[in-house]
Amino acid sequence: MNPLDVPADPPGPFQPRSGQRGSGFLTGPLRRGTTPSATVGPYLAIGLSWADGEWAAAEGTTDGFWIRGRVIDGAGEVVPDAMVETWQADPDGRFPSPEDPRGAAEYPGFRGYARSQTLSGEFAVFTVKPGRVPDGEGGLQAPHVDVSVFARGLLDRVVTRIYFADEEAANAEDVVLRSVAEARRDTLLAVPTGDGYRFDVRLQGESETVFFAV
Amino acid sequence: MTRSTSDGGLVLPRYLVEDPSHRTPLAYPGYRSTALRAPLREPVDLPHRLTEVTGPVLGEDRVQAHDADLTWRNGGEAVGQRILVHGRVLDSDGRPVPGALVEVWQANAAGRYRHVVDQWPAPLDPHFDGLGRVVTDDLGRYEFLTIKPGAYPWGNHHNAWRPAHVHFSLFGRAFTQRLVTQMYFPDDPLFGQDPIFNAIPPVARDRAISRFSLERTQDNWALAFEWDIVLRGAEQTPFEASDPADDDGDVA
Repeated sequence: MNPLDVPADPPGPFQPRSGQRGSGFLTGPLRRGTTPSATVGPYLAIGLSWADGEWAAAEGTTDGFWIRGRVIDGAGEVVPDAMVETWQADPDGRFPSPEDPRGAAEYPGFRGYARSQTLSGEFAVFTVKPGRVPDGEGGLQAPHVDVSVFARGLLDRVVTRIYFADEEAANAEDVVLRSVAEARRDTLLAVPTGDGYRFDVRLQGESETVFFAV
Repeated sequence: MTRSTSDGGLVLPRYLVEDPSHRTPLAYPGYRSTALRAPLREPVDLPHRLTEVTGPVLGEDRVQAHDADLTWRNGGEAVGQRILVHGRVLDSDGRPVPGALVEVWQANAAGRYRHVVDQWPAPLDPHFDGLGRVVTDDLGRYEFLTIKPGAYPWGNHHNAWRPAHVHFSLFGRAFTQRLVTQMYFPDDPLFGQDPIFNAIPPVARDRAISRFSLERTQDNWALAFEWDIVLRGAEQTPFEASDPADDDGDVA
């Protein structure tokens, strides 16, 4: 056989494997790939420190309290370079956010959002008890706080929720708590203390906190 | 319980979940600190309800005029190559995200952070603190002036060097859109040995790298790099619940 005797190509057009000569850019939905996350790293204090970070509700707000807790790694060591962020409804179950389809609410002194680093060994957030928020399935969620945890050694945030151990009746009918294996629900409960509540985040281990995929 | 969903039903955005093969995993074997910190159990799926689709309003009141210019601190000019970093904050449907708070922090030109934990033998710059903040405009645009950060060693493995990068923290409109990430510079020869960069799946790595932008360089002043940041987009879906104001009689 003569290796230079190349047969003619077939008469019709070639087709790529997809069967479509083009990327589909004009026919598919306009979609841009999301920017990938990265770790917050050990130097987050440079960029993310706010003098008023810990105050989801203003100092002196009626019925305000502290939520304090540690972030604990898989060796049982306290993580001193994490940042905990919280977001929650006001006591009426409304949000200071135009994204709430019921309208943005204004509750005096209430920001709903707080951030706290764990430099001292624990985070601390001053807030008020959130009201109950519809669950979209005909009921109301138990009072809860959405939580993001960022740290060196986490390539993305981890998300959890704080519920309140003294809201037993509401917790029993909460649609999110009920989606969590019963044996692990305790990891989402903040426990009453002298000046508010305690909520530890366990990143790994026997009693690893329940984290959520959002 | 009787409820009207025809007149009281809410419509909520449902934020798109990026394909896991395009997302940075929580843990990566080459990045040692992840071993004891990244959770080991599968996360529980949390459908998006009101708490997840709302978010704080953090705007211009958190930003001061000098926050968009990192090159002048303590009455002097920071040492280093001046660069203008600019781009747009968009969602994955291509829509701009206006009014978004963007917080940035970075090492100085020598690769040193002004932080007690950073003790490697490179000089501090008295005129650089490494902190910037901007809010996106109506078209989702942002820009800040800084100096190009240096690379630095970090002890993860022998002779480990972080490629030059700027840390970014962003709030979109909703809790689901929150993003903390790092912006890299084109063609950095340190990419190959950096596990934090390589933890990003290969198909998504380009999204973390800025583009040299000759057209936005400023004559006799600064180079320019462009970086668009894409947050999760949303579809509108009915959320079958009535307003709690109508519900007072329904809830025990």
